This record gives sequence, C-alpha cells and structure tokens, in this order.
Amino acid sequence: MPAINSQNANTETPQRPLLQVQNLRKYFSTKRALPAFGESPPVRAVDGISFDVQKGETLGVVGESGCGKSTMARLLIRLIDPDEGTVILDGKTIGGPGGLPIREMRSRVQMVFQDSYASLNPRLPIEESIAFGPISAGVPHDEANERAIAILAKVGLEPRLFVHRYPHELSGGQRQRVNIARALALDPRLLILDEAVSALDKSVEAQVLNLLSDLRKQLDLTYIFISHDLNVVRYISDKVMVMYLGEIVEIGDVEQVYEDPRHPYTKALLMAQPTMDPNRRTKEAPITGDPPNPIRPPSGCRFHTRCPFAEPVCAEKVPPLIRDGEGTRRVACHLWQEKSGHSKAGSDMAKELSYAG
Amino acid sequence: MPDDRDILLDVRDLHVKFVSRERTVHAVNGVSFELERGEVLGILGESGSGKSVTLRSIQKLLPPRNAVLSGSIWLDGEDVLTMPRKQLAELRGSDVSMIFQEPATAFDPVYTIGDQICETIVHHEGISQSEARARALELLELVRIPSAKQRLDTYPHEMSGGMRQRAMIALALSCRPKLLLADEPTTALDATVQIQVLLLLAQLQEELGLSIIFVTHDVGVAIEVSSRLAVMYGGQIVETGPLAEVVQSPVHPYTQGLLASTIHSASRGHRLEAIPGSPPNLEAPPTKCTFAPRCPYVEAACTAAVPQLEPLSDHRAVRCIRSEVGQASAAFAGN
Ligand SMILES: Nc1ncnc2c1ncn2[C@@H]1O[C@H](COP(=O)(O)OP(=O)(O)O)[C@@H](O)[C@H]1O
Ligand SMILES: Nc1ncnc2c1ncn2[C@@H]1O[C@H](COP(=O)(O)OP(=O)(O)O)[C@@H](O)[C@H]1O
Ligand code: SF4
Ligand SMILES: [Mg+2]
Ligand SMILES: [Mg+2]
Repeated sequence: MPAINSQNANTETPQRPLLQVQNLRKYFSTKRALPAFGESPPVRAVDGISFDVQKGETLGVVGESGCGKSTMARLLIRLIDPDEGTVILDGKTIGGPGGLPIREMRSRVQMVFQDSYASLNPRLPIEESIAFGPISAGVPHDEANERAIAILAKVGLEPRLFVHRYPHELSGGQRQRVNIARALALDPRLLILDEAVSALDKSVEAQVLNLLSDLRKQLDLTYIFISHDLNVVRYISDKVMVMYLGEIVEIGDVEQVYEDPRHPYTKALLMAQPTMDPNRRTKEAPITGDPPNPIRPPSGCRFHTRCPFAEPVCAEKVPPLIRDGEGTRRVACHLWQEKSGHSKAGSDMAKELSYAG
Repeated sequence: MPDDRDILLDVRDLHVKFVSRERTVHAVNGVSFELERGEVLGILGESGSGKSVTLRSIQKLLPPRNAVLSGSIWLDGEDVLTMPRKQLAELRGSDVSMIFQEPATAFDPVYTIGDQICETIVHHEGISQSEARARALELLELVRIPSAKQRLDTYPHEMSGGMRQRAMIALALSCRPKLLLADEPTTALDATVQIQVLLLLAQLQEELGLSIIFVTHDVGVAIEVSSRLAVMYGGQIVETGPLAEVVQSPVHPYTQGLLASTIHSASRGHRLEAIPGSPPNLEAPPTKCTFAPRCPYVEAACTAAVPQLEPLSDHRAVRCIRSEVGQASAAFAGN
C-alpha cells in the first residue's frame, strides 16, 4: 500500500477516503495447558489487511466465522490495540504521538453489536442508556436527554412510550433500534455494524435494514456492515470485502463481485447460499471440508487446501491482493495474476474455470 | 380425500403450554399435520413460533414439571402422548431420533465418537460389541466422514463443526429410525459447510427412504430440503402445502410477508417489504387470528374467532378467513 498523499493530509478533498486502513494486523496468543510445551503459536486473527472506505458509502464485510471480521471491527474502534498497522480517519492517524486521540475518534466512530442485550445496561431506562455517551463526553444532562428523545423518534420508537422502559421490556428488534440510537447519540460519521441484524427474525430484520438505509441518507453516515449473510450484504452495501482466515481475498463494487466473482473462495461462498427457487435446488456443494484453523493457516494462498483450481505455486507463494484490470476491484489469487506461475494465469483462461454443479 | 397414502405420523390438535408461578406460555395452540412415509416436511417459522416445542412433543421430550400437553400424536398407530414410560424410552432411542443445532448436546465429551455410537446400538439392538463396531464404521462411511476408521477413535472436541454434525447424523441413524427429527441442524454452521450437510441429508433421505421433519427459520434452507412445507406463527400452522406451491404462491398474509421480507439477490435497490410490529407474546391462548395485529387485510371477522386451518385444495390448507380470495391479492410485493 502506498503511503497517503501528503497533499491530502489537511485539505478537504472529495476524493479523500473517510477511513484508510493500512496493513492492520492482530495475533492473539493462545495459552497452553502445560507450560512445559513453551509458547504456542498465536491465532492470526487479522493478518495484514489494507482497504479504504469512502465518505457516504457502505462497505460490506463477509466471510465465515473466525475469519477475523469482529477482530477487525474491534481494532478499528480500538477496543483492542493492533500489533501493527495504521488506521487513518479523515486524514488523521488514530492514536500515537501527534495522532487523533482515541477519545475523539470514538465520538466519530461508533459500533453496534449483534447481541442487543449485552450492550445495554439492564438497570438503566433506555433514555439514560442513550444519554450516557453524550453525558460522559461532557454534554449537559438536560441537553443529552433531549437528544435521546429526538434520536428515539428517529429510530422509529415513539419517545412517549419508550423513554422509561427497560431493556427487558423490549422486543429484539426494538432493542436493536435502541442500540442504533445509542450509537448515533454522539453524532458519529462512521457506524460499524457487526452482525447487527443477524439475531433478528426476517420480518424484523427488514424493518431495521430499512431504518439503516433511511438514517444513512438523513444523517450522511458511512457504514461498515459486517455479516455472514451474503444476501443482506448485497442488499445494503456499495462495496464488499471478502475475508478468509484473517486476510482479504477479494474487494470491490458489490454488484461486480456478486455478478462476476473472481476469487475461487468468493465463488464458493456465493454458490453455497441456499437457493430461493424450489425448482433449482443445489445439486453439489462447491467445496468440501471445513475452514482450517487460523492458528496454523495453510502456506501460500490460505485457500489452497480447499481450492479446486490450486496448483503447486498456490502452496508456495502468497498471492498479493492486487488490482485486476479496470475498476477498483482487487483479488488475491494466482489465477488472476499474469506470470504468477499458475498454468491458467491471465484473465481469459481463468474466466473459463468454473465449479461443477 | 383418497386414502392410499402411507401415513407414518399423525399429529392431531396438539396443544402445549408451559405453566409456572409467574406466567403461562401458550407455545403450541392446536397443531395438526400428517407425515407420509418417505416425506420431508419442512416446518418454517420465526423464533418463538413453536417449532422446537412441536418437534420435541413427538418424542414427548418436554419438562413434565411445567409442560402441559393435550391432543394426540399417532406414530405408526400408537399414541406417543399416552405411551407407557418404558415404551417411550425405547421409542426415543430407536424409532424416532433427533438431530440438533448443537452437537454438544448429543455427544458426551469424555467418550469417543465410536464408543458412543456402539453403545447406542448395543443398548437398543442387543448385538455384540464387535458387530456394533462394524456398524459404527459403516455409519461414519455412510455420512461421508473421511478416514472413517481413525475417526471412530476421536473425541467430539477433536472434530471440526461440520464433522461433528455428520457424526451426530450417524448416531441418529444408528438404530434405523422410522422418523428423523431435525431441529435447525445446520444453523450454527458456516455457509460452505451448511450446504454440504444439507446435501448429505438429502442424499441419505433418498438412499434410505427416510421420513424427516426439518425445522428451520431459514427460507432457503427449507427450500433445499423439504418436499412439503408447514409455516408456523404464534404456535399454529398457518399454511401448509407442497413446497413449490407455498413458495411460489403463498396465500396466508404471514407467509406472503415472510417471503417478501426475506432478502434475496433481486432485493437490491428496492425498499424491503417489512412486516410491521412484532410476534405475539403467547401469554394467553389465541382468541382471534394471531397475525391480525400485523396483517394488512385485517377485518372484523379476523378478530371475532380463531380462524381454522381450512383446506384450499387436496394438498394445501390455510388458516385465514380470506383464504378463498387470498390467492388473488398479494399486498406484499416483491416475491
Ligand atoms: N480475545 C481473543 N483471544 C484469542 N483468540 C481470539 C480472540 N478474539 C478472537 N479470537 C480468534 O480470532 C479469530 C477471529 O475471530 P473473530 O474476529 O471473532 O472472527 P469473526 O468475527 O469473523 O467470526 C478466531 O479464530 C477467534 O477464535
Ligand atoms: N421449557 C420451557 N419453559 C417455558 N417456556 C418454554 C419452554 N420451551 C419453550 N418455551 C417457550 O415456548 C415458545 C415456543 O418456543 P420454541 O418452540 O422453542 O420456538 P421456536 O419456533 O423458536 O423453536 C417460546 O415462547 C418459548 O420461550
Ligand atoms: S491462488 Fe491458487 S489456491 Fe489460491 S484461490 Fe487462486 S487458484 Fe486457488
Ligand atoms: Mg464476529
Ligand atoms: Mg427452536
């Protein structure tokens, strides 16, 4: 990744991404039951990822459980510290000497989690839960409460009926609206939604997705939308990032990636979606086996142990995530990189390879 | 209706409520359905709609302390609900078996997969240990577990999620059940693994002629496995019929709403047709259509009495006072 252009560092240009992530890495150490065996290898949860998010766009993040989606989110809002890498918000590096203080970053970046119970204090009426953030940021009590009431109305909860209720008196969908309200109370620019609709029933999920679309327009928000549900990500996102074992394997415009996936893992993930057409049920699974353990990820391309197109080079060399021809899409696969050493490398040949079924 | 059908299971007017000091939950409110031998019935519904309770009733696996059941459940001519305890224990282990979302509940962590399958076979069929071990190996091969022989000696936690789920299916099939009950068995799996397990179940169903009831909240999963669909809402079946008919021309307003609010590849760029409001709280038995508070067609007759599950054709039935006209008008666009 090139360093950011210094000319962009302070001036407000429309091209400058709201968020720039460069080579972000986080390993978790794993404890051994028997210390005699010494240090055990770490979990490579997020392993050197780089991407940008433009103002006003929604970046969807997909990938199977354990691929590092939540760790990435937690790194972005500094619930945990990265081992390596830089995160730049609106041109300012987050943390470090001379950088944007974490506290200030948190008023601009907020997060909504899957578990709508865990993130609300059960002993606080929801008005106070929502006002809590602004109050701790120095907003006077009265003003914070007024703000809470206004935001409740924005997320579709009649303030008169809801301000004094407690979390257990709400349905799952209502609790998730309160969580969104709480995240919005500090007037953030960027909202990170980590499986924020995944626990909701479909009919209620649709309500919350409609709400998120409205809020984005009204409040000029930028979203990072993390989900294991590919259909939901396609619906809400402008761009999509596909992760596998701590790495990005493909990133690009959502329709381009869904209509014409390049990375064999992206293809497999899309083909593994259950059908909606009773007359066209799935006949064959695109790939076999489970995802490997991120403690000892496979060498070279991490997908090579499950990839039907793998050749020796795939186990030997790490395919870089590079731009693939026109557009903004980037792919990390030897098939799509000329002179990579893969016998089918070069776009035309690679295009013809497809999964059975 | 011509009756040359071979009915394995006949559930009639099943009611289940949970009674405690603080409150009563009316979880199942008059569920009736039949299952033909060799059929896969998908029960589709959102959380709390009574799917698991219905399924567990078929094994009478509900806490006797607070569960109150009524109705009847005829399995091959015998009523499960009035069966003596000993016969019930036999039924749970062999005639009817169940697979769950969480394989941890099926396996004991301190014994190997092979030992647990053998023990079940020996217990129910009284064959020798070595015969049982041979059967256990066959079963692991049947569910396509690679290197099955070594796998017999592994512990549940040593297996990946997908392999554990396959092993649980092997265990469930170990005594050649007449009926397999599946309660969201793929919900916790990753997408690329889920489809493998769904296809495995479909293949086994065909090879062995299994009769299956498959419970899920996921429309796509129901479509992949079912031959017939029953849609549940508020502890009742609101619509049932052949899979393709229900999915392609849903009649009950809830089925229409559920399908319209399920996001699929063509949803992008359209506003989603959400069903307003939230599901019923089940504190009292229904006195009207349970969907009425959320239904765009509600009229006086909907709240005057509980609509019955009325036949629409030979194979379909719908619980909605408008079912005769319903087909013509879809208020929920987009499906
Ligand atoms: N605090 C932690 N300590 C050790 N390992 C962790 C911790 N948090 C996450 N992991 C591991 O990091 C990997 C990525 O996890 P996560 O980011 O939660 O994935 P996802 O959100 O995509 O499911 C997993 O293998 C997970 O077990
Ligand atoms: N053992 C129990 N005690 C009390 N209530 C229960 C019990 N089991 C289930 N319920 C309630 O019964 C209703 C139906 O539950 P269930 O059948 O599990 O729904 P689902 O369709 O999600 O499987 C829910 O309101 C649930 O809380
Ligand atoms: S680099 Fe090789 S193994 Fe990896 S996805 Fe491409 S073809 Fe498959
Ligand atoms: Mg996660
Ligand atoms: Mg259930």
